[in-house]
Amino acid sequence: MGVYYPHFNDTEPLFIQIAQWLENKIVTGQLGEGEQIPSTTELSHSLNINPATVRKGVNILVDKGLVYKKRGMGMFVAENANENVRDDRRVKFYDDFVAPLLNEAERLGITREDIIGMLKGDED
Amino acid sequence: MSRIEIKTLTKKYKKKTALDGVSLSIEKGMIYGLLGRNGSGKSTLVDLIGGRIFPDSGEVTLDGETVSENDKLLRKIYCMSAEDLLPKHMKVKDAVKAQAYFYKDTNEDYALKLCDIFGIDPKKRLSQLSTGQRTLVKVILALSSGADFIFLDEPVLGIDANCREELYKQIIERFDKTEAAFIISTHLIDECAGLFEHYFVLEEGKLIADEDCEELQANAYLIEGRAKDVTEYLKDKQCLKKTIIGTLCSACVKGEVKDVPDGLEVSHPSLQQLLIAMTGGVQDG
Repeated sequence: MGVYYPHFNDTEPLFIQIAQWLENKIVTGQLGEGEQIPSTTELSHSLNINPATVRKGVNILVDKGLVYKKRGMGMFVAENANENVRDDRRVKFYDDFVAPLLNEAERLGITREDIIGMLKGDED
Repeated sequence: MSRIEIKTLTKKYKKKTALDGVSLSIEKGMIYGLLGRNGSGKSTLVDLIGGRIFPDSGEVTLDGETVSENDKLLRKIYCMSAEDLLPKHMKVKDAVKAQAYFYKDTNEDYALKLCDIFGIDPKKRLSQLSTGQRTLVKVILALSSGADFIFLDEPVLGIDANCREELYKQIIERFDKTEAAFIISTHLIDECAGLFEHYFVLEEGKLIADEDCEELQANAYLIEGRAKDVTEYLKDKQCLKKTIIGTLCSACVKGEVKDVPDGLEVSHPSLQQLLIAMTGGVQDG
């Protein structure tokens, strides 16, 4: 990760962060279905991360069926990868976003009705 | 894969034991971090492997053969020292040529290409270079040596951030092409963390960690909260370092963390934090 690369933090395992970073590229459409993803070598040389660590991260996406290997050509984004990542994230949406929001609201004494009001846009 | 085995290596200087029964193995195709505080024995270990000094006991072997005084094997091992060992009046290009006498696989073109990348004029004398450039020349010599096991002692000393970034890139490229083993000792730990696959940590001459990076960090936690709550929770745990901040406490612990009571926050430390905790030896709690 070297001096420069801003996307990674120091506390989570790097291979997981690489997998998440690539997943983000898929869900935002920066890497489209059927498109080739950067090779292990490209990722490793550009991010200054050990190739073994990069491979481990990419393999998470392979195991999830989000990317697949074409022999001798490289890795490609699978069909439905975008939808699959979004499905996956929908399942985790409550835990990842709603639960922390409710926790903070409870600490601050903001009621669920207040939150619903904010969501409806009638906050003054 | 080719490997170096180090067996119970011990080195004593008068009263001080610089290295105390260290055993470890280094395989080609891996990048290792050799970490520890100043004076923890890192340089002694590297000097012993490179045959620059001799151990009081223990031995270093490469694929089963003793390395000591075996030029054929020593050519496969390159130890870049943190100290400047080359004569100051020497020109950079002559340093490359001189190296080729011993390291016969030295790639002069590659060395000159690296000089170009880092903006170093090979016709200049070492004395005319800045501190950072002198360090870069030493790393360039190491990368172009053709060795299979490359030890870099503080390879980023005095080097600006742009050059450091480029240097990490060049190390990865050289590693990817040749699968040479790299063993890198540095104090800029978080910056280099991405390069490493495995860590050795030395503390007062002893090897206190020999683990893959993910294991090392995944088994360590930071627990924060009210000092009395943290202390209570830590009763039966292995606490590496405790920092008291007024009525608050932040503790770095090793091993499984579960059943954390409300009011305590749990996270993982960065590698740098973990290392400080492991090699601190100072508990202020």
